[in-house]
Amino acid sequence: MAIEYLGLNAINGPMAVLEGVRGAAYDEIVEMVTDDGKKKLGRIIEVSEDRAVIQVFAGTEGLALRGVHTRLTGHPMELGVSGEMLGRTFNGIGIPIDGLGEIIPEKMLDVNGKPLNPVTREYPRNYIRTGISAIDGLMTLIRGQKLPIFSGNGLPHDQLAAQIVQQASLGDEDSGEEFAIVFAAMGVKHDVADFFRRTFEESGVSSHVAMFVNLANDPVVERLITPKVALTLAEYLAFEKGMHILVILTDMTSFAEAMREVSSSKGEIPSRKGYPGYLYSEFAAIYERAGIVQGVNGSVTQIPILTMPNDDITHPIPDLTGYITEGQIVLDRSLNGQSVYPPINVLPSLSRLMKDGIGEGFTRGDHQSVANQLFSCYAKVGDARALASVIGEDELSPLDKKYLKFGREFERRFVGQDPYDNRNIIQTLNIGWELLRLLPREELDRIDTKILDQYYKEESV
Amino acid sequence: MSKTDEKTGIIYKINGPVIQLKQDVGFAMNEMVYVGKERLVGEVIGLSVDSTTIQVYEETTGIRPGETVIGTGAPVTVTLAPGILKNIFDGIERPLSEIAKTGGAYINRGVNVDSLDTEKKWHTHMTVEEGSMVTGGTVIAEVPETPAIVHKVMVPPGKEGRVLQVVPDGGYTIQDTLMVLELPDGTKEPLTMVQKWPIRQARPVARRCPADQPLVTGQRILDTLFPLAKGGTAAIPGGFGTGKTMTQHQIAKWSDANIIIYIGCGERGNEMTQVLEEFGELIDPKTGNPLMDRTTLIANTSNMPVAAREASLYSGLTLAEYYRDMGYHVAIMADSTSRWAEALRELSGRLEEMPAEEGFPAYLASRLSAFYERAGMMENLNGTMGSVTIIGAVSPQGGDFSEPVTQNTKRFVRCFWGLDKSLAYARHFPAISWLTSYSEYLSDLRAWYSEHVDRKFVENRNQIVSLLSQESSLMEIVKLIGSDVLPDDQKLILEIAKVIRTGFLQQNAFHKEDTCVPMEKQFKMMEIILYLYQKSRALISMGMPMSVLKEDPIFDKVIAIKYDVPNDQLHLLEDYKIQIDRFYDDVVERNG
Repeated sequence: MAIEYLGLNAINGPMAVLEGVRGAAYDEIVEMVTDDGKKKLGRIIEVSEDRAVIQVFAGTEGLALRGVHTRLTGHPMELGVSGEMLGRTFNGIGIPIDGLGEIIPEKMLDVNGKPLNPVTREYPRNYIRTGISAIDGLMTLIRGQKLPIFSGNGLPHDQLAAQIVQQASLGDEDSGEEFAIVFAAMGVKHDVADFFRRTFEESGVSSHVAMFVNLANDPVVERLITPKVALTLAEYLAFEKGMHILVILTDMTSFAEAMREVSSSKGEIPSRKGYPGYLYSEFAAIYERAGIVQGVNGSVTQIPILTMPNDDITHPIPDLTGYITEGQIVLDRSLNGQSVYPPINVLPSLSRLMKDGIGEGFTRGDHQSVANQLFSCYAKVGDARALASVIGEDELSPLDKKYLKFGREFERRFVGQDPYDNRNIIQTLNIGWELLRLLPREELDRIDTKILDQYYKEESV
Repeated sequence: MSKTDEKTGIIYKINGPVIQLKQDVGFAMNEMVYVGKERLVGEVIGLSVDSTTIQVYEETTGIRPGETVIGTGAPVTVTLAPGILKNIFDGIERPLSEIAKTGGAYINRGVNVDSLDTEKKWHTHMTVEEGSMVTGGTVIAEVPETPAIVHKVMVPPGKEGRVLQVVPDGGYTIQDTLMVLELPDGTKEPLTMVQKWPIRQARPVARRCPADQPLVTGQRILDTLFPLAKGGTAAIPGGFGTGKTMTQHQIAKWSDANIIIYIGCGERGNEMTQVLEEFGELIDPKTGNPLMDRTTLIANTSNMPVAAREASLYSGLTLAEYYRDMGYHVAIMADSTSRWAEALRELSGRLEEMPAEEGFPAYLASRLSAFYERAGMMENLNGTMGSVTIIGAVSPQGGDFSEPVTQNTKRFVRCFWGLDKSLAYARHFPAISWLTSYSEYLSDLRAWYSEHVDRKFVENRNQIVSLLSQESSLMEIVKLIGSDVLPDDQKLILEIAKVIRTGFLQQNAFHKEDTCVPMEKQFKMMEIILYLYQKSRALISMGMPMSVLKEDPIFDKVIAIKYDVPNDQLHLLEDYKIQIDRFYDDVVERNG
């Protein structure tokens, strides 16, 4: 089994070519040891009869054609998983970097995972209270969902993700359920990784967090494995240990960039904007690993964060993500400019699973109607603002003026909230009603008459 | 499929789902093969003298050069027999519930399971007699497959002859011989319930017929404004979050097709789970049985292997054609054809083919047209009429309809339901834009509407569309100067258009009465709205200002018809015309 091959035949970017190999398998992991005893891992990405193309995780720096010993491991990339991994920090391919020693694995798992059979999935219905009005009220997060944050450079997505983690994990009234966080950083700045680490420590959850960190200056190829490694642990904890896992993946844009870089050095035919044709499949292989399995206690909920290049939501990265994930939370630069926190642009934001996890028995009977009406009214605010910018606010009809006021209040009081404000759903819905009362009743055409009778008249507190 | 002269080849090169063998080993194009030790299912997609290219329907991780590939001698086929309905398959007709039994929560590779249950004994009633002559398509037996659907076992196309032997009625498995056929050349062939059919080949029919019956969906904007014919083709393009899947679900639930084939092609796993759960509980109003009784799901979620995603559309289509041959009206929901096109692109990239627009292969258009052209209202080989209707969702990149998949699809479908982002943002659902959508079937269906709904149906429909388009041009002005300065007759158009938009076009899929609306109610709602318009216009021409008209709650009442009048109490609608008359008299009296 343990045949070692001496030397390489070519090195090109992160890729090394080995000729004369026998029995190499597609996607197999190889170990490479350089002259000076440094060990690197690589993955076979193309193989023919006697030639293997190896993608070297730690980068090819320092590799020479001569003197490298390459050994086939006989298996694809695996991660040794253990419940002890919570509270620890790892590099992008799952090797501990916190100086606390090796992990003793309870099980070795293929990081590529396997697709969940739709028949054995359970449709997610339990809502997660994040304490953020815009999210709870209008794009409710559901356990087992994948709900990304579409952001831009310089917008407070990290702060928002950290707030969700804190408030969703603490203050949960359900008892007896184990909650943990798997955090995967791909190509993020050192400060960002540090911010998350500090926040986890300050909020006292760090013993429930496993961090996989691939910093911006870490090897690019490792970045391609980081989310898979993190999700392998998440699935293990969720489906074998029965825990509820929240996975934060940041920044998916760096992941996609890494894929483009590697694809181009492989000489593949690019499709859109130079990204490889399998970008969608690769994204899907990551995002679809969220969910709940029938008869198992745990769940995997994903909050991927991605920065939209040039704030463009039609760029392939947010675009393909949006087609796979179950909704999105879109951050907006102009709201951020007006110091609205969190600067969530509610109109393009959406939670697809919301409809089945809210209402009577989950949140409150009027939830869906209030949400629809707020969306619909806020959409009209845009028209009124456009008109005001042409003819001036004074010339607007009284109704349009009311919409402008509604818009301002909505952004200030409903969307905007203090980073430490943890609102419950009743507070959120009541604020919604206070705002809707700014408008005449006949404008509220999305709400059933009965619900209007019950809530519209009610005097505000 | 004889085992004796099995052709085999040796794997030379592996690149993702595409593998290559050195030299030609005698496989045929599109032949199904088993790859490697794990016997993964694959298909031959390229042949030359010195190499054979195969796409593998499963992950190729762990496959090594030197492993063998075994030919089956037959193209990739689906198995056709009772047991298809109420089932959920992957892209190459492997039942996911069986896979779950053996593999647990995850889908393992190289699972070898029968497509259909071979143990179950079906209650069979034979419909042919010994001595009678049969041809391809002749129904030889009837099997109640579900409470809603009788499965008709047919002679496979291309076979004919005399019936030698017939078994008595009773319980049989799909592999039991039901009858023995004597072919014209004298050979005897036993027939079972099973037929195998290559997925990339259309099943033969006697004749294509004009599509002149609508597929009634219960969705007002579809049935009334942009109707689809049975045997027609429609595309639903829209960016993410605009409601493609929701629209497909609504049609799958409420349309008057006999059978629904729902293909989840490269979409979300949770959505398939939702369909499975929901359709098992929901009751079909027409038959009183669970919707699942008439539904088959093909699930190839986005994280399942890409080559099987490409095949899933054809598998679904072949199942649909098979039920059409029995004389049923079948509707296919393909969600989403863009994922299928992307699978083509991905494979094409792996084959290092020269890309055309946006990296898609140049044969994208011809593949799309070949797919949509398999729809149609057909006279089957056995003389029955049946149809296959294709409703394909399109997920344009960046929500931009000018991209190749949307544009090429537009060339081959006759019904276009364009979803609009701004409507979706305002939570106006279904977010089908009345300005960009069209249906070429309207004129073909005019006669049906006159006969089955009302003679004035199409005329009313055209009036509604014209009001909406007048509104849209007025809105251009309003955007610049506000609505206050418009003359009253134009204000009225805006007001009526609002009634149409919120009271008629908007439809609440979660409301018990509104989720599916019968044609009669759709027509009468139009009548009432147009009557309100006619009366209000009379008032305006008498010099009454719009502000006076608006004092009356009649506009809001008409908007609320969709919720206030239950579908089984349509006589309540008569009252609205009286109320409109009263409103007219009131206004005249108070201001006259």
